[in-house]
Amino acid sequence: MASYNMNQVRTGLKVLESGEPHVIISCDFIKPGKGQAFTRVKMRNLLSGRVNEKTYKPGDLLEGADVIETSMQYLYADSEHWFFMNPDTYDQVEADAAALGGAEQWIKEEDICSVTLWNGHPILVAAPNFVVREVVETDPGLKGDTSGGGNKPARIETGAVVKVPLFIQTGESIRVDTRTGEYVSRGKA
Amino acid sequence: MRGDAADWRPTAAATALERRAAMLAEVRAFFAERGVLEVETPLLSSETTLDLHLEPLSSTVDAPGIDGRRMYLQTSPELAMKRLLAAGSGSIYQLCKAFRGGERGRWHNPEFTILEWYRVGWDVHRLMREVAGLIETLLAGSRGMAPAVYVAYADLLRRHAGIDPYDASTGALRRAVEDSRSPVDTTGLDRDDLLSRLFGERVEPRFAPDRVTVVFDYPASQAAMARLNAADPRTAERFEAYVGDIELANGYGELCDPAEQRQRLERDLANRRGTGRPLAPMPSRFLAALESGLPACAGVALGFDRLLGLELGAESIDDVVSFPVERA
Repeated sequence: MASYNMNQVRTGLKVLESGEPHVIISCDFIKPGKGQAFTRVKMRNLLSGRVNEKTYKPGDLLEGADVIETSMQYLYADSEHWFFMNPDTYDQVEADAAALGGAEQWIKEEDICSVTLWNGHPILVAAPNFVVREVVETDPGLKGDTSGGGNKPARIETGAVVKVPLFIQTGESIRVDTRTGEYVSRGKA
Repeated sequence: MRGDAADWRPTAAATALERRAAMLAEVRAFFAERGVLEVETPLLSSETTLDLHLEPLSSTVDAPGIDGRRMYLQTSPELAMKRLLAAGSGSIYQLCKAFRGGERGRWHNPEFTILEWYRVGWDVHRLMREVAGLIETLLAGSRGMAPAVYVAYADLLRRHAGIDPYDASTGALRRAVEDSRSPVDTTGLDRDDLLSRLFGERVEPRFAPDRVTVVFDYPASQAAMARLNAADPRTAERFEAYVGDIELANGYGELCDPAEQRQRLERDLANRRGTGRPLAPMPSRFLAALESGLPACAGVALGFDRLLGLELGAESIDDVVSFPVERA
């Protein structure tokens, strides 16, 4: 991979730091009128999600990380891995629980997910922003209450528990925003 | 988007450009009231700074009588203004552009507006008070300012970093910098680089946003063109003025001794050679002016765009210049 000097670093760049892939969140140029220049870089570790800060000198180089974001189709899971396929090349990759990071409670076979690959290996899987899922378990609630006041927990077919209005019944489909985990509306199955 | 035709618009709002014009007029009124003469000196000159941490931009000039001469855009008008002082101008000021390669960030643009002035017969402390007074006057419209504070460089490092800049070993400075919230690989950094990083990291963030903080008595090793302090030669008559953590001005009790000035320039040149930085000739006209006699004076350079940015509560220098370098 290419190396980047301090004039080339910018927000969004994927780099290796301490051997792990990071995405740059911000960079600040620091230069006293009479003194050495520095670049302060904030970056998120793409494996751990942690944000680190480091300051570099003008001659320092950052090594680029081979990180790409692709759209892949979710195929199936076994006891340890989730399998995804590139719909253009039919290449398959297997992701572990760390890469799923909770996405597994939303996704269903054939969903198109955003998969981040580092050296070809999935390190981050994001569920589609909105999914329509069947409610498999919720208290009966109050029939006829469509006022929207109050809510109750409902378990959906892929495992997540979502707060839904009282009128939602087991067996109905709902539309959920996977980024916030919030109920959006009744969904078409 | 760089170079894209969509970038033709200015980054500064019309109100910022109006405030800029008004503030330039206020600066001129401030100095007119005090009998300080406005001057202009060349932006493009054969002589330039040799400061290790400044990168002058240069051009090759061809004109009748001048065949391919390497000339430099000024990093500040200091050399030329001191030639005017030596020629007997009396107290002078200049509002002009300055250029520094390699500098771009939230409060940096390679081309920026500088206000530089010299007070003949003044000592550095008197000038420090005038600098604080000018900043307070120009910011008075936008914010209530608490009275300026004046504090010595070493006291600040002792108080906020637990480091004595004169006694601490270089190893201790190195550890302090590496141990920071935003660590740096200190390979190749000298003592002054380390102090400068500690000052930026531990001290500057402590400065109050509603007052001018004037830091004085910088270490002699960071004297630049300030004379050494007669009472304590570990320090130089150099000061900086801040509002919050934004560095606004850098001033000196000016070094008038031509021999010492020449020595410092030769040391700068040697440092540039040693670190593979671009070289420039010794500024011989400037040195000749000092030989002829620079009157005792104090001088300061102030970043006008940053002051305007503070006045307007700007997010960055881009909010107060019409076209920053990417759109220039």
